[in-house]
Amino acid sequence: MAHGPKPGFTRWLYTTNHKDIGSMYLWFSFAMFLLGGCMALVIRAELFQPGLQIVQPEFFNQMTTMHGLIMVFGAVMPAFVGLANWMVPMMIGAPDMALPRMNNWSFWILPFAFAMLASTLFMEGGAPNFGWTFYAPLSTEYAPPSVTFFIFSIHIMGASSIMGAINIVATILNMRAPGMTLMKMPLFVWTWLITAYLLIAVMPVLAGVVTMMLMDIHFGTSFFSAAGGGDPVLFQHVFWFFGHPEVYIMILPAFGIVSAIIPTFARKPLFGYSSMVYATASIAFLSFIVWAHHMFTVGMPIAGELFFMYATMLIAVPTGVKVFNWVTTMFRGSMTFETPMLFSIAFVILFTLGGFSGLMLAIAPADFQYHDTYFVVAHFHYVLVPGAIFSITAGVYYWLPKWTGNMYNETMGKVHFWMAFVGLNVTFFPMHFVGLAGMPRRIPDYALQFADFNQIASVGAFLFGAAQIVFLFNVIRTVKGGKKATDEVWENPEGLEWSVPSPAPYHTFSTPPVVR
Amino acid sequence: MATESSYYVPEQSRLPIFATIGIFLTAFGAASWVNGGSSYIFFAGALSMATVLWFWFAAVIKENMQGLNSDQLKRSYVWGMGWFIFSEVMFFAAFFGALYYIRTFTLPWLGGEGDRGSSNMLWEGFQNTWPLMVTPEQAVAGDAAKVVGPKGIIDPWHLPLLNTVLLLASSVTVHIAHVYLKKGKRQGFNLWLGATVVLGAAFLFFQVEEYLEAYQHLGLTLESGIYGTTFFMLTGFHGAHVTLGTIMLLIMLLRSVIAHHFKPDDHFGFEAASWYWHFVDVVWVGLFIFVYVLGA
Repeated sequence: MAHGPKPGFTRWLYTTNHKDIGSMYLWFSFAMFLLGGCMALVIRAELFQPGLQIVQPEFFNQMTTMHGLIMVFGAVMPAFVGLANWMVPMMIGAPDMALPRMNNWSFWILPFAFAMLASTLFMEGGAPNFGWTFYAPLSTEYAPPSVTFFIFSIHIMGASSIMGAINIVATILNMRAPGMTLMKMPLFVWTWLITAYLLIAVMPVLAGVVTMMLMDIHFGTSFFSAAGGGDPVLFQHVFWFFGHPEVYIMILPAFGIVSAIIPTFARKPLFGYSSMVYATASIAFLSFIVWAHHMFTVGMPIAGELFFMYATMLIAVPTGVKVFNWVTTMFRGSMTFETPMLFSIAFVILFTLGGFSGLMLAIAPADFQYHDTYFVVAHFHYVLVPGAIFSITAGVYYWLPKWTGNMYNETMGKVHFWMAFVGLNVTFFPMHFVGLAGMPRRIPDYALQFADFNQIASVGAFLFGAAQIVFLFNVIRTVKGGKKATDEVWENPEGLEWSVPSPAPYHTFSTPPVVR
Repeated sequence: MATESSYYVPEQSRLPIFATIGIFLTAFGAASWVNGGSSYIFFAGALSMATVLWFWFAAVIKENMQGLNSDQLKRSYVWGMGWFIFSEVMFFAAFFGALYYIRTFTLPWLGGEGDRGSSNMLWEGFQNTWPLMVTPEQAVAGDAAKVVGPKGIIDPWHLPLLNTVLLLASSVTVHIAHVYLKKGKRQGFNLWLGATVVLGAAFLFFQVEEYLEAYQHLGLTLESGIYGTTFFMLTGFHGAHVTLGTIMLLIMLLRSVIAHHFKPDDHFGFEAASWYWHFVDVVWVGLFIFVYVLGA
């Protein structure tokens, strides 16, 4: 039973090993991150100067749409699933995921689904061009024919997500080593348990809304058409009922990663473990009752505006608990600033900044001013780039020595961090100002007075893009060799994953470890 | 290998990659088909998907019969099925939610009431009724309208009531079958499970009857405005689930009759199918109340 990986490329096709599958998820996610990043650079290159410069408006719209879809569904979500695959069994003392064959199926659907989605770029009428939120009727009556392929690719990637989430829930609830009670689980496991629950709850709703689109486009139904008694606003409600929990799907595992890293480098146990668990659960609950804050300007009854405004502001409470706990963990700790810690500290600061602009947007009357401007773009990029992307990067640096048995190059890691940190702030900070000044999002051309800030943003974007090449190079070098890592890797880190050799054996635990 | 003190780690498997190819061909084929292409890719995909699932379930059953499945793994299958059903609940919730939104907000607003009553200016003369027999377009364009409301709707107290009785009865019969199985009485199990399959098939027969009535006599179709849309999408997806559930139970019946599968203390394949069956039954009760009775 103690066999290693099978030789040859069929190892990757037929594997049932959580580490193989985790690695495939992570590499796939990085490939999508580069693809979506290239699309972002097309956008930024076009916006470097006012006037139409490089691409046609139709193609620009396809770029904004595909950039969003690929980053959300192709880069961020699979990266977290990849980390869960690698780390959850190791953290809870399990041999593997609960349902290993389904695990492999969940992964392999993704490259096929994204091949289908990317192929729409070469179809007649071009790729989807209606924004990643695909509002009807832009995505129904006025959509290019490729929308059908978009719908079915969403269907199968949704199936992949649901199976992946079911697998994670079954693993966490059923495969913990004896003694690993729920309240002893590392926070990464906790946040993923709650994320998986969110996924199972809302991915079917996404499947539902794209099915309604499909029926409206091809089978004459009237879901989103007022002529037949339907309502385009219905689309927005169903979409955001999925979409808002989706936002938390992309950030809760990030909370877990940062909660693992900060205690290690502050050399103090995490402050307020149980409050972290309850805060995560509260955020997940609230995520189901705030969706219409994306739709303040659509024309809702005043009671709806008020309810969604106050419910949204409530989220600041559990999120504030989390930020307080991270800061308090660092307070008077013996801090060192290795690359994972740098990314984690940047996460805490910049994610909080994104949270503040979120609070501004939550104020319904003020949102009428901000809605659909670059301020919104700045806001969600501040929560997704230094939020989701930085935490994933931090996690990769933190656990890479455990995965490969080799230390990454610290200098190169720091270079990566500072390039990314400077790049992202130069890119997204000016967007707040152009947004407040009234520049609308999703346009290839803009008024002259926005030119200087847009030029700065474009320069930052290319710097941020270049940083990722340093990252790729560093990871490949570490996989191929380098200084050997110890089993503990860091100074006295907490968690079962550090009790096994580096690199972790192909089957981590063949008998349950002892949990004190 | 089958105890919890040492873990079961599965071998490599070719099933997932073939299942991936199957699901991809199905999805890609469906998209090409509705976009006006040929249907071959879709059917090839569906066929390969069915084949892979056949072999997949066969592998799982074989492993269990060989005693490879630990109690822990069996619990994982239980969790898996439970959460899958929860995801199905959420899928139906999207469509029930749409029905609620349309009836509570959209139609009153289009009819000139409430906060967004001004939308009635776009559809002058439109009146909010449910069932919606005259669509907003009809109210404005009259006979020139493309989206025309139905002439009549299904009376809940005939076929739908009969179907409610059939489906509720089938939930009871499948439960009795389960009780017999737990007592180790195969004859009774086969009989009551067979009765469940017959009831499921009868439900589907009457649903087809109802659809024929709607399409041929009532002018109630997918295209007849939001009433037809919500009616057919909700009952249609439910019908698809009943079809799948009936097939699942039929396979369980054949497994029991032909291969003598299932033991009194080890029969999760059947139990999962019966959970699924109870779930479609609950959805039907929701449909009967919210679509048929409160919609009439």
